[in-house]
Amino acid sequence: MSGLARGEQAVGITDLTVTFATDGGDVRAVDGVTLSVGAGEVLAIVGESGSGKTVTAKTILGLLPETATASGVVLLGQDNVVTVSHKRLREIRGTGAAMVFQEPSTALNPVYTVGWQIAEGLRAHGKYSRAEAKAKAIDILDKVGIPNAAERVNYYPHQFSGGQKQRVVIAMALVLDPELIVADEPTTALDVTVQAEILDLLRRCRDEFNTAIVLITHNMGVVADLADRVAVMYQGKVVEEADVTSLFGNPQHEYTRRLLAAVPYLGSGTIRTQERAAERALTVSEPLVVARDLEIEYPGRLGRGGFRAVNRVSFEIGAREVLGLVGESGSGKTTIGRAIGGLTRVTGGSLTVLGREMLGVRERQFRPLRSEIGFVFQDPATSFNPLLSIAECVAEPLIVHGRARDARSARARVDELLEAVQLPKAFGDRFPHELSGGQRQRASLARALALQPRLLIADEPTSALDVSVQARVLELFAELQKEFGFAALFISHDLAVVDILADRIAVLYRGELVEEGTGAEVLGAPRHPYTRRLLASLPVPDPAEQAKRRDELRLLRNEG
Amino acid sequence: MSATTAARNPGIAKRPLWTRIPVVHQLRQSVGLQRGMLVAGLVIVAIFLLTAILAPVIAPYGFAQLSVAGKTFGAQQAPSPQHVLGTTVGGYDVLSRTLWGAQTALFVIVLAIVFSIFIGVLLGLVSGYLGGWLDRVLVVVADAIYAFPSLLLAIVMSIVISGGQSNLIGGVLAAAISITVVFVPQYFRVIRAETVRVKSEAFVESAKVLGASSFRIMFRHILRNSTRTLPLILTLNASEAILTLAGLGFLGFGIEPSSASEWGFDLNRSISDVTAGIWWTSVFPGVAIVLAVLGMTLVGESLNDLADPRLRTRRRAAGATVPPGTSAATAPEASTDVVGDLELGPRS
Repeated sequence: MSGLARGEQAVGITDLTVTFATDGGDVRAVDGVTLSVGAGEVLAIVGESGSGKTVTAKTILGLLPETATASGVVLLGQDNVVTVSHKRLREIRGTGAAMVFQEPSTALNPVYTVGWQIAEGLRAHGKYSRAEAKAKAIDILDKVGIPNAAERVNYYPHQFSGGQKQRVVIAMALVLDPELIVADEPTTALDVTVQAEILDLLRRCRDEFNTAIVLITHNMGVVADLADRVAVMYQGKVVEEADVTSLFGNPQHEYTRRLLAAVPYLGSGTIRTQERAAERALTVSEPLVVARDLEIEYPGRLGRGGFRAVNRVSFEIGAREVLGLVGESGSGKTTIGRAIGGLTRVTGGSLTVLGREMLGVRERQFRPLRSEIGFVFQDPATSFNPLLSIAECVAEPLIVHGRARDARSARARVDELLEAVQLPKAFGDRFPHELSGGQRQRASLARALALQPRLLIADEPTSALDVSVQARVLELFAELQKEFGFAALFISHDLAVVDILADRIAVLYRGELVEEGTGAEVLGAPRHPYTRRLLASLPVPDPAEQAKRRDELRLLRNEG
Repeated sequence: MSATTAARNPGIAKRPLWTRIPVVHQLRQSVGLQRGMLVAGLVIVAIFLLTAILAPVIAPYGFAQLSVAGKTFGAQQAPSPQHVLGTTVGGYDVLSRTLWGAQTALFVIVLAIVFSIFIGVLLGLVSGYLGGWLDRVLVVVADAIYAFPSLLLAIVMSIVISGGQSNLIGGVLAAAISITVVFVPQYFRVIRAETVRVKSEAFVESAKVLGASSFRIMFRHILRNSTRTLPLILTLNASEAILTLAGLGFLGFGIEPSSASEWGFDLNRSISDVTAGIWWTSVFPGVAIVLAVLGMTLVGESLNDLADPRLRTRRRAAGATVPPGTSAATAPEASTDVVGDLELGPRS
């Protein structure tokens, strides 16, 4: 469908350099990048945040902010996007290249129907009557796999699920038959099971529409699943470019090798789990957290019933034990963590934390127990008061619970803690924004461990981090757990991450606990169909293996 | 990543203290038209402040002086070497009245802002953080006050406080408190909105799970994080305060001419002069009001633009002049941590 023959160059980037003017001086985000993508080919650009991959992609569509200055050549058809006029750029966008954004819920305008939004793109590039535009919108929605498209073309974005919204966004990109689609982290905001479907759709775009795709991602599993060629970016430069099998099979650059080594594999935690279980068996003790038929309901708006986030869930966390809680967004896993931390009210059943019943507990009764519970939040960027230094932040729990009078007298203990999480002492004098994401998350661990709690709740502590940083934080977490011997509830949407750390894994699905057991049990022989689907959807960073798993998943879907 | 950050760390030096003082920091940060606006505003405000402080030195006569060496000035005298800007209908020297007026205006602004900031911020913080019925009542009261025409409210307050007329301290206090009543809801709303936003941030929740008391969370974690817009409202309110004061004076609820000099009162007295072709009694107090308001508004508006990274203009990147080594090293941090965005809060 694309105007180009298979293999013909869709976009050619030569010696692209992009510099941003910031308050801290000029920053060169992309530095002499040369890439090209052919029709019917998927080029994946991988790298950690700040490596310049998104900036490179945005340059292709001329979407750079005013503070950026680009030089070099980005050849899209016959036009050099870097120097082309605004008018021509508008013509190219949509027909020459289209973009699929990371967050489908913000890429669609909530006050217009999806049909209108698709037609808007059409009208910008030619004359269509209302009926023609609608017919085309229905056609394209049908092609991207929206069931009952003729009716749903009149739906508003909020009437679609996250995965369907991303399909609509892809439909908007496809409707003008562009030669190139730039997909910026198209599946990062989606659950694993939905991610697999969207990746299938993108693969179909390549095969059926003969579209060239530039895929920006940090997930090596996604790369292995979809990409034909891979470019690895590091600090604004392309350090390695190869086809997907040779990149995974035989990485050349040092950084690529580190990146691949950092990707968590399923099944890597089994041996460690057995060791720890044997250790724990020697000492018998009371479980720290016991949930029996736990129910948590969020009050609904007037006239409507409440929303039941957690429904009859039962589990236990023993001393020195790490329970991994897995589930997709909306499954209630964070709600359970918050309930244990006393941030969300329990509305039914029973939840006992450190011997205290949480159903109807008062803040005053629970406060003394708080020194026994540590909490690590998902986003390290917001979990520190930006106006306090790291040392002051880490000293907070000590001051609040009267172990120290002020931040200065707590400094010795703070230094010990920072050392325990492998941060230099001098970092205590820095402010949170002066640390990188991984460093901040380590400081967050230090704060959570300041009072030597018996229980630690970690709510997706690594999901905001790059793969390489995530590996180090997970390692540190395991070491600290061994050293301090706290029990932990480790919440994550990533099975592979949970597998590394957890002694037992609990799988939540729509507020209900569908499966619980050791890593070997849950991952090795899943019983519940959801767990099986979850496992099969998880892309592995190995193209050959991933192709096999894809077929398995297809079988599994056909069964269900 | 960690290897590169470790190598980069020694390089991060604290900027010198004087560049982190709010207005100085913004001045250094600004470019182009925004800088022009800010500089013009700052110059006018500086002149206003100097005039207010040095009024006793630079004014040729006292604000209530009617005669020199036993000889009266005479009413409505045209500008002359003795009276550079002429005299008023009451026989006062216009130049002296205008210069002394700056002092009165400054007193009122400072008092009004100090009162309203303390009350507004405290109420906003408590109301926003605790929520519940207290919050609802306070919001309704603030909205009710907000709905009144501010000048009418100020008049009512002025009558309540001083019966409409008074001496310097009483008059200034009455004017300041009337303005305070008008401004408190503004600070209250701004701080409350910020508090509600900051309240849901992860660092407040993390303080909560640590078991910190509400008092500690409010004053250690929320207060300073919710005051970043304060300098802006402050400057904008200062200009509004002058207008309110002038309005009160113009309507005759100001300060007696023998207690202090007040621009609005002088304008009021010059109404009849305008039709008689006596322009100097009204033009100069009027110009003084306009300039003072303009200066503070310029400062306020440019601070407002500079505080928002999306409105702030920057110098264009000089692509080729950057040595690649240094820029590449800062690139990862720049995009993850949004350099500069977090530094905008008042840190002095």
